[in-house]
Amino acid sequence: MSIDYYREGEPVADTKAPAGPIEERWEKRRFSGRLVNPANRRKLRVIVVGTGLAGASAAATLGELGYRVANYCFQDSARRAHSIAAQGGINAAKNYRNDGDSVHRLFYDTVKGGDFRSRESNVHRLAEVSTEIIDQCVAQGVPFAREYGGLLDNRSFGGAQVSRTFYARGQTGQQLLLGAYQALQRQVAAGTVDLHTRHEMLELVIADGKARGIVVRDLVTGEISTEIADAVVLATGGYGNVFFLSTNAKGCNVTASWRAHRKGAYFANPCYTQIHPTCIPQSGDHQSKLTLMSESLRNDGRVWVPKAKGDQRHPADIPEDERDYYLERRYPAFGNLVPRDIASRAAKVVCDEGHGVGPGGLGVYLDFADAIARLGKPAVEAKYGNLFDMYERITGENPYERPMRIYPAVHYTMGGLWVDYDLSSNIPGLFVTGEANFSDHGANRLGASALMQGLSDGYFVLPNTISDYLADGPFEALDETHEAVVAARKEVDDRIAFFLNNDGDRTVDSFHRELGKIMWEYCGMERTDEGLRKAIGLIRDLKAEFYKRVKVTGKAEELNQQLEKAGRVADFFELGELMCIDALHRTESCGGHFRAESQTEDGEAKRDDDRFSYVAAWEYGEDAPVLHKEALVFEYVKPTQRSYK
Amino acid sequence: MKLKLRIWRQSSADAKGRMVSYELDDVSEDASFLEMLDVLNERLIAEGDDPVAFDHDCREGICGACSLVIDGQPHGPQAATTTCQLHMRKFKDGDSIDIEPWRAGAFPVIKDLVVDRSAFDRIIQAGGYISAPTGTAPDAHAVPIPKQDADAAFSAAACIGCGACVAACPNGSGMLFMGAKVAHLGLTPQGQPERATRVLGMVAAHDEAGFGGCTNTGECAAACPKEIGLDVIGRLNADFRKAAIRAA
Repeated sequence: MSIDYYREGEPVADTKAPAGPIEERWEKRRFSGRLVNPANRRKLRVIVVGTGLAGASAAATLGELGYRVANYCFQDSARRAHSIAAQGGINAAKNYRNDGDSVHRLFYDTVKGGDFRSRESNVHRLAEVSTEIIDQCVAQGVPFAREYGGLLDNRSFGGAQVSRTFYARGQTGQQLLLGAYQALQRQVAAGTVDLHTRHEMLELVIADGKARGIVVRDLVTGEISTEIADAVVLATGGYGNVFFLSTNAKGCNVTASWRAHRKGAYFANPCYTQIHPTCIPQSGDHQSKLTLMSESLRNDGRVWVPKAKGDQRHPADIPEDERDYYLERRYPAFGNLVPRDIASRAAKVVCDEGHGVGPGGLGVYLDFADAIARLGKPAVEAKYGNLFDMYERITGENPYERPMRIYPAVHYTMGGLWVDYDLSSNIPGLFVTGEANFSDHGANRLGASALMQGLSDGYFVLPNTISDYLADGPFEALDETHEAVVAARKEVDDRIAFFLNNDGDRTVDSFHRELGKIMWEYCGMERTDEGLRKAIGLIRDLKAEFYKRVKVTGKAEELNQQLEKAGRVADFFELGELMCIDALHRTESCGGHFRAESQTEDGEAKRDDDRFSYVAAWEYGEDAPVLHKEALVFEYVKPTQRSYK
Repeated sequence: MKLKLRIWRQSSADAKGRMVSYELDDVSEDASFLEMLDVLNERLIAEGDDPVAFDHDCREGICGACSLVIDGQPHGPQAATTTCQLHMRKFKDGDSIDIEPWRAGAFPVIKDLVVDRSAFDRIIQAGGYISAPTGTAPDAHAVPIPKQDADAAFSAAACIGCGACVAACPNGSGMLFMGAKVAHLGLTPQGQPERATRVLGMVAAHDEAGFGGCTNTGECAAACPKEIGLDVIGRLNADFRKAAIRAA
């Protein structure tokens, strides 16, 4: 690959995970990590940015431990963080069903599901901690689904062979987040957590090599202020909105992570994004986001397209033998339940071949006619009623009578800031939790594992690992006049002034949409060398035009939603380019990342363990990013090619 | 379709607001209500005007951020539907639509259609939780919960904290919101130890924030996008009476 795009630097390694049997590592680390005396905790200040599952749980738990916590979110209430929208469920190795589940099996499934691109130590810890999460949430009053005997119900999810998914109807994320939110509010009342809503982090303060604070903008008054602390935790979520259209909330952004990256934090595997197969297709140019329909629908729905290209008939008028149930045909063993990446790519293939249905031919049918005939309409309604209602509200079509139309959409980003076993980035004092870090899902996340990771990091991992760092604190006092603080504030002020003074004529959204189209086209489900090179050029050109022509109305000292968006989109441009470079350099197919040049004879993804069994940790560079490789070692789960035939 | 919009514009909390008229041509009936406002805002920016500020985030009916009074109804004409899930096919070509912020004393306007709902957080801080510090929990199966209680708790817990109940109430009462949390936690065994202190604390915070009392008009439940019923207010009142008598 052309040397122009990046340089290769020294390898990077996780130095925190202990050696020895994998099931003893977490216990060993908790013992080897230093503690902070309870009386000293109140002298230590920790900033937590974000109030989703990973942020609220961390802030609440650190507050309970006695640290002084400052917690920030851009939403008007901590309860609105986007974890709230997760539908399906949360995995835990409880083996309540006696169906052969265990910590080791959840560990194994997660490493395999991640297509052998995650760290064994981290994933094993996640599986261990999973059981404590369920206990914790039940104690908080989270109303999980229960059986008639009063015990917790479980379901199989995302193709898992065991029933280990706990759920609360189709609103599991909401209920888990409200549990964490309420724990957080309890700490706010107790005075251990200062919560700042409608505040956005715009810069990281690094002094003497340590992360020591953040610069935030009060989104109501526009006031810029600095918060200084002994450690900073970013729990700021994923970056799926780089695609403009995604299932993320409109406010989700990469700014906090990207500002940290620009200050030296490595960004790992940015090209690992997850495309979810069952979303409602877009209906027109006004489309502002895409809505996910729970994957559980594939348990009973059958996916098909018309065999004839461009068939415009009503689906009911297309006879059985003129339909192609392509998942059942290509993957007879798993059928409609193949993993997310495979289902997504298969949908794209049939649509690219001209078999797609609905506006623009970008959709496939998810048909419940057989399920309704087999189970009866009431049973289908009991299972999926709320999802069917949501579908009808959005599309105006009744899925009981006409098959749903679905299409893949960007849903989750496995990449994120690089962290070690302690969840510490390579900048001392900067910790990263939840979707914002890269750690546990490898190249592909399994269903019902995002909630597990967010809460694992926030409730159980970070509060235990951060003490080893804080044991050296409190660090030297900093004030507003410190050069690092002055410089960080100036960067923020300059950026805001630039946007407001730019004599432009194009809206922020128009640029964001265009960037999203480039990313989707060239860095989405299927990537090629040629396409990615083209994308990098297009992004650079569009970015130059953005700085020339972007128009932001209003003032700095007021609620200014255009100004907020402008800063976020500016960072998405830089991230988008890095994603393409990362995708370009990884010339293998793995997980949700399909590289057209790396496929088997029958068109399936071909991984290249000899060359790519590593984490790509990127360091920011003014001219070109620097690649640091972290080699992945598999001692317990032997890499195999996935096969769902 | 063509639409006439009358939208509440207010440049800041202290400024005087007014309804301003806009005309939009060529609105797609497949657009959501907020996407229709996006289209308007793109035009306003191009014309050098200040776009309309409104709260929104997930746009899939669960975060509770969106908060518009549409033709006098919080979240508009479609039952059990948040503003972000309302689609333009529910309107007709040539319609005139009034768009206002939540109107309530406890929810002051910040700008245009954006209001300050932090009073809801303060109600939760005053007791809307179960004290279960991380790490102290027994096994999740230690205490079975009858399915009907768990289901009822879930139905109450489905509240998204949007505040439509307050906006719909002639008294600006937050009792449906508060009742939903009191019911959710009160229906679980884990919520019993703090049941009395919880309701007393939350009611005090509710009243202090300037929300009104309930006079059983039922507008709150009619406006609730998650169909939370008036029964939670009954539970709230019962819990409050019991706790107040015990505390007296």
